[in-house]
Amino acid sequence: MKVVLHVWRQQRRSTKQDFVQDGRMVRYELDHVSPDMSFLEMLDVLNEQLIRKGEDPVAFDHDCREGICGSCGVVIDGVPHGPERGTTACQLHMRSFRDGAEIWVEPWRAAAFPVVRDLVVDRSAFDRVVQAGAFVSVNTGAPQDANAIPVPKAAADRAFDAATCIGCGACVAACKNASAMLFVGAKVSHFLHLPQGRVERERRARNLVAAMDAEGFGNCTNQNECEAVCPKEIPVRVIAELNREFVRARLIEEPVGKKRVGGDG
Amino acid sequence: MTWLFDFWRSSIGGKVTMAITGLLLFGFVVAHLLGNLQLFAGPEAINAYARFLHERQGLLWVARLGLLAVFVLHVVTGIRLARGNRAARPVPYAKDDTVQATFASRSMVFSGLSLLVFVLYHLLHFTFGLTNPAHYARKAAGADGHDVYAMVTASFHVPAIAIAYAGFQIVLFLHLRHGIQSLAQTLGLHHGRYTPWIARASVVLALFVAGGNALLALSVLSGLVTVAP
Repeated sequence: MKVVLHVWRQQRRSTKQDFVQDGRMVRYELDHVSPDMSFLEMLDVLNEQLIRKGEDPVAFDHDCREGICGSCGVVIDGVPHGPERGTTACQLHMRSFRDGAEIWVEPWRAAAFPVVRDLVVDRSAFDRVVQAGAFVSVNTGAPQDANAIPVPKAAADRAFDAATCIGCGACVAACKNASAMLFVGAKVSHFLHLPQGRVERERRARNLVAAMDAEGFGNCTNQNECEAVCPKEIPVRVIAELNREFVRARLIEEPVGKKRVGGDG
Repeated sequence: MTWLFDFWRSSIGGKVTMAITGLLLFGFVVAHLLGNLQLFAGPEAINAYARFLHERQGLLWVARLGLLAVFVLHVVTGIRLARGNRAARPVPYAKDDTVQATFASRSMVFSGLSLLVFVLYHLLHFTFGLTNPAHYARKAAGADGHDVYAMVTASFHVPAIAIAYAGFQIVLFLHLRHGIQSLAQTLGLHHGRYTPWIARASVVLALFVAGGNALLALSVLSGLVTVAP
């Protein structure tokens, strides 16, 4: 099959302080695309063609190519990871497009994700949010006997729904406000339903939201675009849980001692 | 009180502020509509209601100032959040698409700012009597100075005014249709069983308020409600 690509090319690296706007969409034609190729394999074919012509290949992120690492991700025709639901760009196949299709390929667009080059963005903002408390730091002791800490099946399922997040950033890319609340909600929900995670729930909610706000993400307006593009289909329920947890941590629970635990979020 | 200001300044604190003030404003538009529907019961009913409110000057002013504070907080917080959202995406998509966000949800800033303009006009029209002084004068001229019926029917008898009021109800419908379900989610009310019903109730409630308001204006225009002589 044949496809016409419009790909975002950007040489200069953006930073949060200097958000480069001088990239542009460049048109490429590809004549020999197999419908069985993944979207990234199609980009590989494009790059081979560019290298043969002595041009710069298109930079894009990828690693496992089996939909579990969260490295890949481009906006395809205005939708992060493309038209198939619950699918990463590496697991999207060219059979999802018609022969002769014009396909628009762009990087995640968010102030918090500066473009490194072409389709590659810097997602270290997510790492800094995780470092702010998306983990358990209380001492849980030596390995427990199986089932020593009972966790109801429903709670385990809810925690696991959130834990499937691969941190790809599609939620931010899809959000009309470039908000990261599905990601941050997933981190909060991941620990909220488990006894080991509940110990630090107030601190976690305060610190994750503070870190998220400091990175320059937008504010959720409940349009649910994130849920629609999430390759792991994480539900917006986690955002409601994040809202509840933040209100609980900031307005309902009394701060411990004079100085608040974990500092002022 | 710095803790409260810090809460307001955070992203979720701002959202919660929008939700709580939005809920209060929704309560107001419902009460406002229920009061005004007495127009259908004739001049005595609605004028008695106006007198009832004005005989309680103290409470009336508490309600007015409270409403003003809530309204200002809703607008100021909304503008702050919307500016943050714009800044969060400095380069737009060359090709943008939407999977499931409703038109109403995508136009909240536009509908909100339009409603701000409408509310200012509405106050100038019926509360301060500046846009149509002749209509406003009929209120004071009527029986014991509260002839709201005469003022309102005289105004909505003018096609341009009635159609402008009715037309703005489409904007109000859009704003409420997303706003009601959105505030539930922001306040953490999410449940697999009830959330789809909250979304449906949101449409019905928005239709009730906007439709009721439009009905009032169009009933006078069409002669269903007779204009005071």
